[in-house]
Amino acid sequence: MWDYIKLAVLGGIVVVAAVAASMARDLPYLVHMLAIMLASAITFIWVLRRIGEPVPVANENEYMDGPIRYGVIATAFWGVIGFLAGVFIAAQLTWPQLNFEWAQGYLNFGRLRPLHTSAVIFAFGGNALIASAFYVVQRTSAARLWGGGLAWFVFWGYQLFIVMAATGYVLGSTQGNEYAEPEWLADLWLTIVWVAFLLVFMGTIIKRREPHIYVANWFYMAFIITVAMLHIVNNVSIPVSLLGSKSVPVWSGVQSAMIQWWYGHNAVGFFLTAGFLGMMYYFIPKQAERPVYSYKLSIMHFWALIFLYIWAGPHHLHYTALPDWAQTLGMTFSIMLWMPSWGGMINGLMTLSGAWDKLRTDPIIRMMVVAVGFYGMATFEGPMMSIRAVNSLSHYTDWTVGHVHSAALGWNGMITFGMLYYLVPKLWKRDGLYSLRLVSWHFWLATIGIVLYAASMWVTGIMEGLMWREVDAQGFLVNSFADTVAAKYPMYVVRTLGGTLFLIGGVIMCYNLWKTVVGSSERKPATSPVPAE
Amino acid sequence: MEIYDTLRYFISIVSLVAMFALFIGVALFLFRPGSKKIHRDSSQMIFRNEDKPMAADDAPRSEKQEAR
Repeated sequence: MWDYIKLAVLGGIVVVAAVAASMARDLPYLVHMLAIMLASAITFIWVLRRIGEPVPVANENEYMDGPIRYGVIATAFWGVIGFLAGVFIAAQLTWPQLNFEWAQGYLNFGRLRPLHTSAVIFAFGGNALIASAFYVVQRTSAARLWGGGLAWFVFWGYQLFIVMAATGYVLGSTQGNEYAEPEWLADLWLTIVWVAFLLVFMGTIIKRREPHIYVANWFYMAFIITVAMLHIVNNVSIPVSLLGSKSVPVWSGVQSAMIQWWYGHNAVGFFLTAGFLGMMYYFIPKQAERPVYSYKLSIMHFWALIFLYIWAGPHHLHYTALPDWAQTLGMTFSIMLWMPSWGGMINGLMTLSGAWDKLRTDPIIRMMVVAVGFYGMATFEGPMMSIRAVNSLSHYTDWTVGHVHSAALGWNGMITFGMLYYLVPKLWKRDGLYSLRLVSWHFWLATIGIVLYAASMWVTGIMEGLMWREVDAQGFLVNSFADTVAAKYPMYVVRTLGGTLFLIGGVIMCYNLWKTVVGSSERKPATSPVPAE
Repeated sequence: MEIYDTLRYFISIVSLVAMFALFIGVALFLFRPGSKKIHRDSSQMIFRNEDKPMAADDAPRSEKQEAR
């Protein structure tokens, strides 16, 4: 019976999407409706082929690892796509000829830039977070994922959101809000998927068999709940037409700016920090085979982060129409954030105390430790840049871009790579990775790439800031904007090179993980008889 | 303007003090007597139940809590 209801609903969606596509008022909406139609048609056929077959019984004494395996593959895939887009737009900034005339309006920098940011943050980072959250919550709750097939819906629904967002950007459907570019249709779909994600996660926590909720789950839960709240509030808008992609935001003026950066900074704070800290608190102790250095400190880290981060947004709006008191408030809380961030960094690093020798032999733990190191560096640099006087130099320059990338490539990227290297042998039941040498190669390529990227952006950012404010004896500005652009050329070449190294590292990782899965056979159960020799 | 002033007062004084007090409370609670053993046990959680969920009849939640 349930299958027939599913079929009716899916069939209905196919028809409605087809009608909406035929009446679409703009190209991105047409493409989105075709994507929805295709996705529901495929699901329809999938359900139809299984009708009448015996329903596989979910074994409560096994973990549900299927969606996690898919999530790991999606993470690696979207990672490489996102890095590739980043290298290409870095090259476009260096050599503007790469904004090809034949692709004008589709593949130029302005269209590809949100594609890059969303691909790395939401496609690469988001899949990594969903997969690792499902893995960690099962292991630390000692219970199978709640909700049966709902975890699969979360995985595939999230991929559909990524496809809708990506095609929207290239075809020009955007709200113009940084990191919140997708228009109302994609936003609504993401809300549904995210609520399903929350249900699966909370359901598993509620039916847990361990009395205590491990601290990593606190971070994951804060991430899921806060992102839901941010996403909904920042995307309150009224569609111009139900058959078009354009919508009009409800917020306006300085309120709109404040809500956008309240969203934007907490996307950093809860998506890229809290969620990934959940990863850190599980995978670093696991890989080091030692419990976390101080469990008390990890709880303190959690609560301090939760209380402080939500206030830090206004530092994105220094010297704007935002009231001074709000700017000062944002700045003060940003500086206070330095303490819990470093507490967390110390906690992560000191987990290795007594096992530092592992750094020599285990490139995976090296990757994770460097990630925590970059977390510390970025959370020192960030509060410093939020001080109004420093911000007057750094704002709108490439320094900001460098800061974001040392955090995103160094912290989020490296901890995710470490997580993938840890998870793939476990999920596919292999003895170990195909090659630790290749992990070492990945590690060094990525690290050198980040150093080149961050260093060149510091130089060009500070230079740019100084050139913009330089005045002559009469008080006239010395440099035109184009002068600063010309002066940045060498640093842009270095940046492109750094990004390329990071991309090559990512490709090496994919090869290594691929060979790990297909190149060796499944680990024998420990009980199998050993031949006498 | 009156509503704005009231709200602003509320945000800057009342909520700030309340949240700060709550945070201090959390921090003090962490150091309650006997927390050391609980935290040591919690930090070891990740080394259990690696391959399969805890069996339903293994040790139900409530009993386990009492045993501690």
